[in-house]
Amino acid sequence: MATFTLNINGKSLTADVDPNTPMLWVLRDHLQLVGTKYGCGIAQCGACTIHLGDNAVRSCQLPVSSVGDQEITTIEGLSENGDHPVQKAWLEVDVPQCGYCQAGQIMSASALLNENPNPTDTEIESAMNGNICRCGTYLRIKKAIKMAAGKGS
Amino acid sequence: MTRVKTKIGRRAFIKNTSLAGGGLVLGFSWLNSCKPQQAESLAVREMPKEWFEINAYLKIGDNGLVTIMSPNPEFGQGVITAMPMIVADELDVAWKDVLVEQANFNAEDYGWQFTGGSQGIRRRWEGLRMAGATAKQMLKQAAANTWQVPVSEITVSEGMLHHSASNRSAGYGKMAAQAATLEVPEEVPLKDPRDFTIIGHSKKSVENQKIITGKPLFGIDYQFDDALVAMVVHPPAFGLQLKSYDDSEARSMPGIVDVVQIKTLNTGQTRGYFDTNAFTDLVAVVGKTTWEVMNAKKQLKAEWEPIADSTFTMDRFGTEMEVEVPSGLESTEMHYAKMNEMVGKSGTTVRKDGTPEAAFRNASKVVEKTYTCPFLAHNCMEPMNFFANVTENEANLAGPLQAPGLTEGTLAARLGMPAEKINIELTRMGGGFGRRAYGHYAIEAALISQKVEKPIKLVYSREDDMTFGIYRPSYQATFRAALDENNQMIAFHVKAGGIPETPLFANRFPAGAVDNYLAEQWEINSNITIGAFRAPRSNFMAGAEQSFMDEVAEAAGKDPIEFRLELLERAKNDPVGGENDYEPDRLAGVLKLVREKSGWGETKPGVHRGVAAYFCHNSYAAHVIDVVMKGENPTVDKVVCAIDCGIVINPEAASNMAEGAAVDGIGNAMYGELTFKDGATEQTNFDRYKIIRHAEAPKSVEVHFVQNEIDPTGLGEPPFPPVFAALANAIYQATGKRHYHQPFMSDRSAPVG
Repeated sequence: MATFTLNINGKSLTADVDPNTPMLWVLRDHLQLVGTKYGCGIAQCGACTIHLGDNAVRSCQLPVSSVGDQEITTIEGLSENGDHPVQKAWLEVDVPQCGYCQAGQIMSASALLNENPNPTDTEIESAMNGNICRCGTYLRIKKAIKMAAGKGS
Repeated sequence: MTRVKTKIGRRAFIKNTSLAGGGLVLGFSWLNSCKPQQAESLAVREMPKEWFEINAYLKIGDNGLVTIMSPNPEFGQGVITAMPMIVADELDVAWKDVLVEQANFNAEDYGWQFTGGSQGIRRRWEGLRMAGATAKQMLKQAAANTWQVPVSEITVSEGMLHHSASNRSAGYGKMAAQAATLEVPEEVPLKDPRDFTIIGHSKKSVENQKIITGKPLFGIDYQFDDALVAMVVHPPAFGLQLKSYDDSEARSMPGIVDVVQIKTLNTGQTRGYFDTNAFTDLVAVVGKTTWEVMNAKKQLKAEWEPIADSTFTMDRFGTEMEVEVPSGLESTEMHYAKMNEMVGKSGTTVRKDGTPEAAFRNASKVVEKTYTCPFLAHNCMEPMNFFANVTENEANLAGPLQAPGLTEGTLAARLGMPAEKINIELTRMGGGFGRRAYGHYAIEAALISQKVEKPIKLVYSREDDMTFGIYRPSYQATFRAALDENNQMIAFHVKAGGIPETPLFANRFPAGAVDNYLAEQWEINSNITIGAFRAPRSNFMAGAEQSFMDEVAEAAGKDPIEFRLELLERAKNDPVGGENDYEPDRLAGVLKLVREKSGWGETKPGVHRGVAAYFCHNSYAAHVIDVVMKGENPTVDKVVCAIDCGIVINPEAASNMAEGAAVDGIGNAMYGELTFKDGATEQTNFDRYKIIRHAEAPKSVEVHFVQNEIDPTGLGEPPFPPVFAALANAIYQATGKRHYHQPFMSDRSAPVG
């Protein structure tokens, strides 16, 4: 066990955990940030996607000890009032069905738009291909991403 | 307008129950999420000082806000929005003044709280309308009493009561206190569908704001002070059971509190229909955090032994039957070999019209094909989990369950506690697809909590979830059709079976449309647990039968839609047999609508089209799928879907679900497969079990609803089954290859030459 001081959603938070503990479980079990979801534990489904700096990463494969002082953003910290352009587009398009994967989808989408403000359909499909939606909301996700891109991100 | 007898029990009308602002205390309260669903967006709005509970479904605040309880569990089908919409419409309140809460399990107040079988809206339709209409009537009566005028002179609009002769008006909030004290009217008027102002007008999901901001909603997010995490170790293969275990290493791992053995069903115990469970002897590892328990679980040394042949008694909703569970370690190869043997054997005749044998002998053309599909895992994105806090006096549980009413009895029996001491809070489910109708994981959670005497949250890993499944079975169907010299279909024969259940629906199309008809079935026993999976049995039969129909239409030299419409015309005008399940007109209706909307008959270079239509779960759906080739790979460009499910409550959400059904259907048809070797699944996670992803989804899905005033008949499942066939038929047009075996990407060779 070791104490880690982490920079999460602009706050300094500490967790006393085994250094190998994936960020996913640090967030969910130790910091009560449960918006980041467990789906597969092997970086195949994208439900646990968070931002490490500007990059979308799978938190289930990110040991807490590797984070250091890098900035972490979770769905809870993407915007203060749930009004990030991607979140607003998600509401406008009424994307979710069960909703379980959507935090991960939103984190992947917002990282994509940050890097590429006007992605093509193919670029969207490629960037989002690691995020499974079992309910099949892919078309609405794509529509929402394009809407958010149009409004700037 | 129709008048209906109110059937809501007296118990559902609690008089003048004042509740402080913020409403009932739900389990998420300390995480600040017990606020009604849209409370964030209503932050500027004042909450009422007092709530008046008019009936179990709704309470009205003194400022006119209305809280509506959504009775059924929500797993993405949208009832948490659609059901309150129905209440709100009959209540005549503005949707912006409605707050929604998920009801907990309470059969006395809410009856059949079941999510499955596309039954939710269909079975709730009348009751929810009545709840709203009854409350409105009581509010009108309260206004009439206050103003000393006849109730017949009171009109309402959007939460306001009016008496035009005396020019008086009051909001619902002003009359709610008195309304809550009035007798429940014995009869209430319901609106004419043409007067609906909320039903049929799209509303966004009331939980979207929480979903997109990551608020705790799901069972796996459930937090409770000092709760421990538990995970169970189950046999690594079907056909094995626990022999012994050594927990010394697991116990010594960091964070581990206890290791206990549980037995979720006693040997000899009669099982309910939804008590399906292959692994009843489990070892639970209990610790402080999920990661620590996951690691300790790997250190548990368990020994397994083969199960013996056994039987158990199942109570299928009042009918008892003996179920045989064979021993042995099964494999997919063995399953297909056994099913293949059935191609040449007879099954049990379920329906016979005319003289099919003679008709086949005299046919000028006979088409015969056999179709198969593999086992599928549900793979809900949220793995199975449940919270339980069992003490000597009561059991408090919370988590994702489709059928809490069916789990409660088993819980009571296993805990040795009367049902009234068991409370089940219904959390939003991260998918269900039928899987969460089988509540063994709730029983496991309760027994673990009882044994360790602490609140615990049971969590399945993805691997646990995929290998401890209640799967879609493997099926096979052989079809034969006879055509006469005029290319009329004069006989039809279906023989279908599976491991371990038959998928046959003997009274569905084309039964009733052909003079000579034979339907047979067979079953091959298995120790692998199977159960409902989105559109059970239909999810295979539609694909097989509608692919076959395409081939028969081709053999007859007819357009596939025309061919079906001719048969449906026959079924409508001169039906064969009196037990046909479907309405030929409505099935023809979706075919005609999809023909029109897809521009069927128009050709576009490089675009190859297939069509299919199917009836299931009381509704009708037809699809046209456009396939284009990308190199050697067929890809879906566009799906056009036509649905007749009666009145559509929330059109945009309904379209979303039908779009998802198209994606789900394409995904499972192309890639879905769970295979077995030595009793174990060969796929344990998403690295080997392929789920359709963004890049493989169709480029567009159009959804069209038949406009009518038929009471709602169900939507979650019907737009799923035809997709398999529309896709197979389109791929055939593109490649010249017909697919008889799912998944199409790894099509097995035909079982018969």
